[in-house]
Amino acid sequence: MAKIIVVTSGKGGVGKTTTSAAIGTGLALKGHKTVIVDFDIGLRNLDLIMGCERRVVFDFVNVINGEANLKQALIKDKRLENLFILPASQTRDKDALHKEGVERVLNELSDEFDFIICDSPAGIESGAMMALYFADEAIVVTNPEVSSVRDSDRILGMLSSKSRRAEQGLPGIKEHLLLTRYNPERVQKGEMLSVDDVNDILAIKLLGVIPESQAVLNASNSGQPVILDADSDAGQAYLDTVSRLLGEDVPFRFLNVEKKGLFKRIFGG
Amino acid sequence: MSLLDYFRSSKKNTASTAKERLQIIVAHERRRRTSPDYLPQLERDILEVIRKYVDIADDQVSVTLEKSSDELSVLELNVTFPEDKRG
Repeated sequence: MAKIIVVTSGKGGVGKTTTSAAIGTGLALKGHKTVIVDFDIGLRNLDLIMGCERRVVFDFVNVINGEANLKQALIKDKRLENLFILPASQTRDKDALHKEGVERVLNELSDEFDFIICDSPAGIESGAMMALYFADEAIVVTNPEVSSVRDSDRILGMLSSKSRRAEQGLPGIKEHLLLTRYNPERVQKGEMLSVDDVNDILAIKLLGVIPESQAVLNASNSGQPVILDADSDAGQAYLDTVSRLLGEDVPFRFLNVEKKGLFKRIFGG
Repeated sequence: MSLLDYFRSSKKNTASTAKERLQIIVAHERRRRTSPDYLPQLERDILEVIRKYVDIADDQVSVTLEKSSDELSVLELNVTFPEDKRG
């Protein structure tokens, strides 16, 4: 039985796909057989972030409609042995995903994999609802910014009322907060909500804090999940996040302004 | 922080403004989420009735339903009258 984890946020552009790619890859790095499923029907992008966009032949909707089987649609990652991607379809049909079809595909994946990462689309339409419906755990990706925090709270409401676990009276979805694009300099100046501020408002367990980093754009430019850039701050923060997701107790890093040495003060950097 | 920043920072800290605004709106929306669907319509109807007698604005009526136990829910109606409309 696989653990199903949805990566969601409500608001767009906060880093859901970057996070799905990083965490899925991180779990595979740790030896867990993992599949990342793109639920953003019509706006497929996980393939680009993972660097496998030219290898997409069949997609999620093809499998649901019986036009292809899972083996044909799953793309095996070229870097890691136990990492797979199920790409979204580019159809404009918004109702292409339905509960019965999604459930059948997830059940089939569940036999094969340890983890299923569901990369949710933005918004609260059917695609986002499908991505979270079957989840066991949720990673709520939030930027330290008012609209993102508000939308995250809205999604938390959905997780506790619109999921299968809620409908069947099972124990609720385990919720994790992942704060992304965090800028300690601006927090120190009082220009950005701090980790504690966001925690006070959303009141769910903090899984990780990813600093605002140039490594993220560099990673997406080249189709390499940022977690593979182990020298970068964002890559290391994602590695810590994956360890915490697996139950390890890892201290938080990159929360405070890095003290600049004399060299950096003079020459910059 | 440089010396120049120190003098500039006398202006309001925007992060704390953001936090206050979020705390209010999130609390409001959570209350709405957990209340029955008919509550907004009930609020509008009550507003209409009061308006027959007193001219009040939309935000001067608030209706909340709080569940105090399994058997008991309390409907709380809060109407703020303008200064010159009393009595």
